Amino acid sequence: MTATSSTANISVRRQQWQEFWFYFSESKTAVAGLVFLLLVITLALFADIISPHDPAEQYRQFAEIPPAWMEGGQIRFLFGTDYAGRDMLSRIIHGSRLSLVAGCIVVLLSLSIGTVLGLIAGYSRGWVEAIIMRVMDTILSVPGLLMALVLVAVLGPGLLNAMVAIAITYTPYFVRLTRASVISEINRDYVTASRVAGAGPLRLMFVSVLPNCAAPLIVQATLSFSTAILDTAALGFLGMGAQPPMPEWGTLIAENRDLMLSAPWTVTLPGLAILLAVLAINLMGDGLRDALDPKLKRS
Amino acid sequence: MSLLEIRNLVVEFATAHGVFRAVDGVNLELAKGDIVAVVGESGSGKSVAMLALMGLLPWTANISADVMRFDGQDMLAMSNAQRRQIIGKDISMIFQEPMTSLNPCFTVGYQITEVLRQHLGGRRRSHQARAIELLQQVGIPAPESRLRAYPHQLSGGMCQRVMIAMMIACQPKLLIADEPTTALDVTIQAQILDLLVDLQRQHGMALVLITHDMAVVAETADKVLVQYAGQQVEQKPVAELFSQPGHPYTHALLNALPERSSSRLLEAIPGVVPGQLDRPTGCLFNPRCQSAQALCRTAEPPRQDGVLCHFPRVGDDTASTQAVIEEGASV
Amino acid sequence: MTEPLIKARDLHRHYPIKRGWLQPDQILQALGGASFDLHAGRTLAVVGESGCGKSTLARLITLIEQPTGGRFSLAGQDVSQITTAAAKRQLRQLVQIVFQDPYGSLNPRQQIGTILGEPLLINTNMTTQQRRQEVLAMMGRVGLRPEHYHRYPHMFSGGQRQRIAIARALILKPKIVVLDEPVSALDVSIQAQVLNLLSELQQELDLAYLFISHDLSVVRHIADDVLVMYLGKPVEQGPCEQVFAQPRHPYTQALLSATPQTDPSRRMERIKLVGELPSPLDPPPGCTFHPRCQSAALACQQQVPAIRSYGDVQVACFNAQN
Repeated sequence: MTATSSTANISVRRQQWQEFWFYFSESKTAVAGLVFLLLVITLALFADIISPHDPAEQYRQFAEIPPAWMEGGQIRFLFGTDYAGRDMLSRIIHGSRLSLVAGCIVVLLSLSIGTVLGLIAGYSRGWVEAIIMRVMDTILSVPGLLMALVLVAVLGPGLLNAMVAIAITYTPYFVRLTRASVISEINRDYVTASRVAGAGPLRLMFVSVLPNCAAPLIVQATLSFSTAILDTAALGFLGMGAQPPMPEWGTLIAENRDLMLSAPWTVTLPGLAILLAVLAINLMGDGLRDALDPKLKRS
Repeated sequence: MSLLEIRNLVVEFATAHGVFRAVDGVNLELAKGDIVAVVGESGSGKSVAMLALMGLLPWTANISADVMRFDGQDMLAMSNAQRRQIIGKDISMIFQEPMTSLNPCFTVGYQITEVLRQHLGGRRRSHQARAIELLQQVGIPAPESRLRAYPHQLSGGMCQRVMIAMMIACQPKLLIADEPTTALDVTIQAQILDLLVDLQRQHGMALVLITHDMAVVAETADKVLVQYAGQQVEQKPVAELFSQPGHPYTHALLNALPERSSSRLLEAIPGVVPGQLDRPTGCLFNPRCQSAQALCRTAEPPRQDGVLCHFPRVGDDTASTQAVIEEGASV
Repeated sequence: MTEPLIKARDLHRHYPIKRGWLQPDQILQALGGASFDLHAGRTLAVVGESGCGKSTLARLITLIEQPTGGRFSLAGQDVSQITTAAAKRQLRQLVQIVFQDPYGSLNPRQQIGTILGEPLLINTNMTTQQRRQEVLAMMGRVGLRPEHYHRYPHMFSGGQRQRIAIARALILKPKIVVLDEPVSALDVSIQAQVLNLLSELQQELDLAYLFISHDLSVVRHIADDVLVMYLGKPVEQGPCEQVFAQPRHPYTQALLSATPQTDPSRRMERIKLVGELPSPLDPPPGCTFHPRCQSAALACQQQVPAIRSYGDVQVACFNAQN
């Protein structure tokens, strides 16, 4: 009995997964984004094995060598080297680690804080809601990057502080999104039914309501992931995020800024890495939204 | 000559799980001044058939018919632009949800005069008087002041009246009402049904009433089409349908009504309407039919006297039905 | 006579409506004085059009909201006297609810097993295995198959969902079930199945039903007693057969005559109600029904009619015919 029903459970889940994949894979660009992102994740995971050189190793005699496909390039330094003779390819590969980790941490922080605050605001209403929402409005009223800069200036520069600062500027979006979904879900009959069954506020918030608000949150989280990478890079570029010699993508651009004319590959290649990663995540996010949006489901 | 003639209408939808036949061989013929009711449960394709006539289905729908003729014009050969000339002017339709059928951004007056301007030309302002007259006709008190009201300021019953006023604005020859009273309270439902029948008599319109409520049918319609799973299973004058239902589905449906039951338990129809993936072979009703025979499970039933059944019920008497069943079985 | 399961006396519920800063709140009288008894194994139908206070009554009886006036007791316990959380929890298990819309009343992200097990998880100390047994037994009783345990609500038809909702309401073994328009979203053939299921369960478990509906033919079939409400107030109440056979209040008469009938011999001369339901924010003075009533006299515009008894039937009307 138990065995048969647990296989039934597995098949139900598999069916749901298949349905999700059916709608997700309808968009070819989303699949392309997913494939590229998986590639970047693999690079980040196996950076030590894949990258041809140590990212900090300075080959002084090979400074500012152009990429292999340009005149004067060497096959040894596929993407060329920077002013100190460090291999650009290795630095970009190692940089993907920092960017992905920064994106993940920023999203996790802002998602968890934002969801909890949004649930409380949407569930309790009244003055609790007013306080939470007005604080969020205050954060929103300052441009995001400026806010992050101010926070980093207070906390002190560094990658970790940059991530915390960016996470704070993203929180209001999650709070608003969660609150809006909670308000529309809380009056549905299934919540009332749970209430009649005796469910307490915590159970109502996290078990009954939250899973039904998940779809827009997942989409927002994916899209924030890409902007988080972008903003971490921006803070790094401004010298407030990751500090040299850390091979963070934004920092790479910043430290090679003076070479923009003489050795343009040192800035364009990290820039391209940022562009492609962000594009891939955004494409995937769009596909995710289409697949999760219940309005499009035809069942 | 008939006003509307539809023969063998088929509507198919392309879905993720293959082709779904939502309407399967519907025939309809009505003359000026007829009131025809289309009855069926949800999923019986009753709305889809009428939307197909109006050309209001999404592009995934594939519509085909042997004949689709309105007022002497062939609707099948018509271009979209020509069809738009007819829709809204000669054929109009009112829907179930009056609140969502009206645009919440515009006043009632704007929406009515817009319809008039669209089909009759001229300036919107010149139709003001006609709009007031229309609101009066559908029984809205103080129509001059109501012209400036927005839909959310009116109750459901009032909104449905406004919808009706809009739809009869161009004096259509055919009005299709898709569950016009389902969302309304009983006393308001009675008002709206009376209004529809009154207007139909005054203007000599033909009225197609789509509904799931047998009692509404009994009180308003002349002729009834019963649909089941996209098929038209029975077509009869209203009195005959209620006294001598020919198809076992109609019979079972009437017996399932609480008001016709004398015992504590109702005579429910077991099972559910088949969906896209579990369509039975033979007669579509056979898994739920109490008098289903072996033949019903294998062969598609013929249409006999307007009834789509191998063994239609004859008369009121259960004994004679039994005789027919036995006779059919021996054949 | 045994103690009634629900004993409601003059229940009131009003809501303040905010009109803006520095302006006094408006009072919306959603329920103005409902009194009734409901015994085990009986069905009381509450009838009326939208806005008549039916759903407010359901929310009071299921303890979702507190009445603002009057008192009621469940199984002999006065609800307003109960203050401790444990006692409240005990009381809550006595009364459960089935909603109208089977598509909104089941959590779309939970499996049927989880939905049905939730009340047990909250209110009992059963182990996972015991809960599962209990849920499967209840599923069998309402006509669901064991393999439905792991399915999600969207895989079911409306009728099956309503069976799930009924199973959830019954799993705590309540004595009272509030049925808030349980069949009005269903097709006729499915409606009959669900009504039969409800009748069977009532006989088997000796349940008391508070059956809220606007469909008089369903009410006539299933109810023992009927309470007709208009604009938050009961206008007529009594045994179902008597009220249907001889409606005394003009509103009940209008309601009955407006209900379409398939049987021509049962059809009545239709009493046309003029106008619409007045706003509950600004109810008419005197008898609230007088602006739409055909036999309204001067007294109806000035005085609120008291409830008078005609045998078992109680009517709030000056002109009620005996």
